[in-house]
Amino acid sequence: MTSAAIPPQATSAVAMIRTLGLIAALCGFIIVSAYQGTYDAVRENKRIAVERAVFKVIPTARSIVEYVASPAGEIVKVGAGNAASAAGTAAAGGAGNNAVKFYAGYDKDGKLVGIAVEGVAKGYSDNVRILFAYDPAAQTISGFGVVTSRETPGIGDKIVTDKHFLANFPLDAKLTADLKKLANAIVTVKHGSKTQPWEIDAITGATITSRAVGRAINDAAQMLLPRIVPHLSALKEKP
Amino acid sequence: MNASTTERWDEFMEGIWRQNPLFVMVLGLCPALAVTVSAVNALSMGLATTFVLTCSCVLVSLLRKLIPKEVRIATYIVIIATFVTVVDYLIQAISLALYDALGAFIQLIVANCIILGRAEAHASKHPLLPTLINALGMSAGFTLGLFALGAVREILGAGAFFGVSLFGPDFQPWVVMVLPPGGFFVLGAWLLIFAAMARRKQKKLAEATQNA
Repeated sequence: MTSAAIPPQATSAVAMIRTLGLIAALCGFIIVSAYQGTYDAVRENKRIAVERAVFKVIPTARSIVEYVASPAGEIVKVGAGNAASAAGTAAAGGAGNNAVKFYAGYDKDGKLVGIAVEGVAKGYSDNVRILFAYDPAAQTISGFGVVTSRETPGIGDKIVTDKHFLANFPLDAKLTADLKKLANAIVTVKHGSKTQPWEIDAITGATITSRAVGRAINDAAQMLLPRIVPHLSALKEKP
Repeated sequence: MNASTTERWDEFMEGIWRQNPLFVMVLGLCPALAVTVSAVNALSMGLATTFVLTCSCVLVSLLRKLIPKEVRIATYIVIIATFVTVVDYLIQAISLALYDALGAFIQLIVANCIILGRAEAHASKHPLLPTLINALGMSAGFTLGLFALGAVREILGAGAFFGVSLFGPDFQPWVVMVLPPGGFFVLGAWLLIFAAMARRKQKKLAEATQNA
C-alpha cells in the first residue's frame, strides 16, 4: 500500500483531451480507410446478390434492369452513369416512400420475360421479405424466393422446399378491366381447401408463414401491378 | 532463448486451455449462444473477434504509456469500436450472406467483455510481443470454443457439417439444437465436460502430492 502514502499524480485536463483527440483522429483515419477500401467490393457484392435473387425467380432472364414506379404511374429506369439515373432519383425522391422499386428481367434477345418485385409481411418471428416474379404474358405470379426470414428452421422455412406449397404457383394475378386493382385478391387458405387459381394452399403447421407469403404478394401486387401493367409495352424491349 | 520460447508457448496455450474465455472464464456468452447455429457462422464470428481483439490489444499496448489512466476505458472503447467498424466493412466485402447470418452480433463485438477485459488486464501493462501472444491465444481459445458449439449444433440440428449433409435425406433433424435453447444445452454439456476434466486433474494432482 505504498501508493496510498504517495497520492497518484493527477493528469491535467489538457493532457487527457490531447490524448483522446489524438486517438479519435487515428481511429477516424482507420475507419475511413476501411470504408474506402471496401466500398467497391461491397457495392459489387450487393449487385450480385440482387442479380442472383432475381435470376432465381425469373429463371429465363439473362439480364436485369432496375426501375422505380411512382404513385402517379411514371416508370423511371434506375441506373448508374446516365441521365435517366438523375431523373430517376429525382422522381423517386419527389414521390417520397411511395415509389416502388422493381426489376425487369430480359432474356438473351432483350425480350421482357418477367418482373421481380419485393414484398414484405409479418411472419411468425419477424418480417418475411420475399422477391416474387410476375409473368406479364400470362398475368400470373410465377414464383417467389426468400430475401430475409427468421422463421423457425424446419417449420416456417419449408415455404421454399415444400413441393406441395410450391405447386401453388403460378398464381392468377389478372387485373380488373380498368387496371386499378387485382381482379381477385391473392389469399392464403387452409391446407387442402384451395379451389381457385389465386388462392394459396397453406402448409400444415406453418400456416402463419404461408399467410405471410400470401399477404406479401397481395400487398405488393395490389400496389405495383396497376402502375406497371398500363406501361408494359414500354418495358417490352430491353432499353 | 529456448526457455523464453517455452514461456511464450505457455502464454499462448493459456488462452486456449487453462484460461479459455468461453469454457473456463465463461465470458462472451452473447455471441457464443446466438450465432453458433452452424460451424461456418461460429468460425467466422471467432475470426472476426480474433481480428478485433488482436488489433485493439496491439494498439492499446503501443499507446499504453500515452493514455492517462483517468480516460483509459473511454480510449479502449474508442479503439475497440474502430476495429469493430472495420471488421463490419470487411465482412460485407467478403460475403453478404455471412453478414446477414451474423447480423447485429458483428456490431455487438464491441460489448464483448473478453476484449475490454484483455485490454485492461493485459495489454495496458505489457509490451507489444507478450500482448500479441496473449491476445492471439485468447482469440484462438474463443474461436475454438465457438467452433465446438457450432459444430455440435449443426451436426445435431441440421445433420450437416460445414453445410455438407452427413446422414442422407432420411435424417430427421433435431431442430431444437439450432434454436436458441439448443445453444444453452450444448454450452451446458461442454461446460460439464470441461469441469469433469478439471476435477480429474485436481484429483490426480492431490494423489501425487499424497504419495510424495
